[in-house]
Amino acid sequence: MAAENGELTSAGYINHHLTNLTYGRFPDGSWGFAHGAQEAASMGFMAIHVDSMVWSLGLGMIMFIVFRSIAKGFSADKPSKLQCFIETLFDVAQDSKDSTFTKQAKNEWIAPMALTVFVWVFFMNLMDLIPVDWIPELFVAMGVEYMKIVPSTDVNIALGTALAVFIMIIYYSLKVKGPVEFTKELTLQPFGKWMIPFNFLLETVALLAKPLSLGLRLFGNMYAGELIFILIATMYSAGYFIGALGGVAQLGWAIFHILVITLQAYIFMMLTIVYLSQAHEHH
Amino acid sequence: MNINATLIGQTLSFFLFVWFCKKYVWPPMVNAMQERQNQIADGLAAAEKGQQAQEVAEKEAAQLISEAKSQAAEIIASAEKRGSSVVEEAKTAATSEKERIIASAQAEVEQDVHTAREGLRTQVSSIAVAAASKIVDKEIDESAHAGLIEDLVQQLKAG
Repeated sequence: MAAENGELTSAGYINHHLTNLTYGRFPDGSWGFAHGAQEAASMGFMAIHVDSMVWSLGLGMIMFIVFRSIAKGFSADKPSKLQCFIETLFDVAQDSKDSTFTKQAKNEWIAPMALTVFVWVFFMNLMDLIPVDWIPELFVAMGVEYMKIVPSTDVNIALGTALAVFIMIIYYSLKVKGPVEFTKELTLQPFGKWMIPFNFLLETVALLAKPLSLGLRLFGNMYAGELIFILIATMYSAGYFIGALGGVAQLGWAIFHILVITLQAYIFMMLTIVYLSQAHEHH
Repeated sequence: MNINATLIGQTLSFFLFVWFCKKYVWPPMVNAMQERQNQIADGLAAAEKGQQAQEVAEKEAAQLISEAKSQAAEIIASAEKRGSSVVEEAKTAATSEKERIIASAQAEVEQDVHTAREGLRTQVSSIAVAAASKIVDKEIDESAHAGLIEDLVQQLKAG
């Protein structure tokens, strides 16, 4: 459990579980893995959460390996259960796009993007259901000090995904509406041309609120869920009775969390589609 | 919670994955699904067509059967007609044949009777000649004549 100072306390346990495996540049200019949260914080922006990135990319790759293998072995006559399930996911992505976008706004990228977002975020959230100690303990035994396996509880991952959505919003706003109309949209409403600075402020806040709320909603939900799993896990060290209670609590929270992770992934996908459809609309 | 380069890494990964999905995952899957949809639609259309064709064929078959039935009835009727006419012809032919045979038989009988009469006549005359010669030979004897005439009569009766 590798507590900060060798001593096993609840606070140390929780801190350990909430610390990423960070690789970056130390204040003295040398590069290496951070030992502890303070060192990681001291690295500033020039650091990367290796665990988050590896799990995020790995889960994405698993997703695509499954998709590719299903697409290659596609059977029209005798679809496997997995194929039926994945076909449903494709339909969900396509239907969500079709129901949100107007007929005129044709964009071949939205549906694949929605599918990627939905399944990828779902996979990242799904890691939350793996008991909190299993994989970190395994890595500690292998000599890796920190291992946070739920990428979406990392604010960088959630906001990074939202940032990508934000870039797409800006890109499609400029592409579909053109710079002039986009600028007009940002400055001439809601109060007309005499209030341009105020309008601009308002619209900019509204624009920036989209990716921020998108990313922070996912992060907040997943982080809170993970924290509760960790808190429940601390009950196991408090005697048989409270430990048993913890087992029940973990089971209940995990079952509830199945709903949360699916819902959060779906919300993330839907909002992404909605924001992008707004970027395609002419006023 | 440190904001760091992971943010950029995730953003880049996102674009990479979306690009990969759009390029290599979405098209084959959606095309295959579309293809199957078309297959199902085609299959249903073909089934519909087949059903219609079957209905048409059934109607045609029913018509053909009724036509065949009426034809068969006609054929039977005409055959019956012909049969009865054949029987009629045969009857008239047989009747005329019978009459012919009877006529020829009667003629033959008459011929035979005629021949027999002729034979009898010659026999009677020859017997008469023989009887006359005998009378001449033996002189006239009353008792002898009686016996002779009796004999002659007997011969006539036998002839």
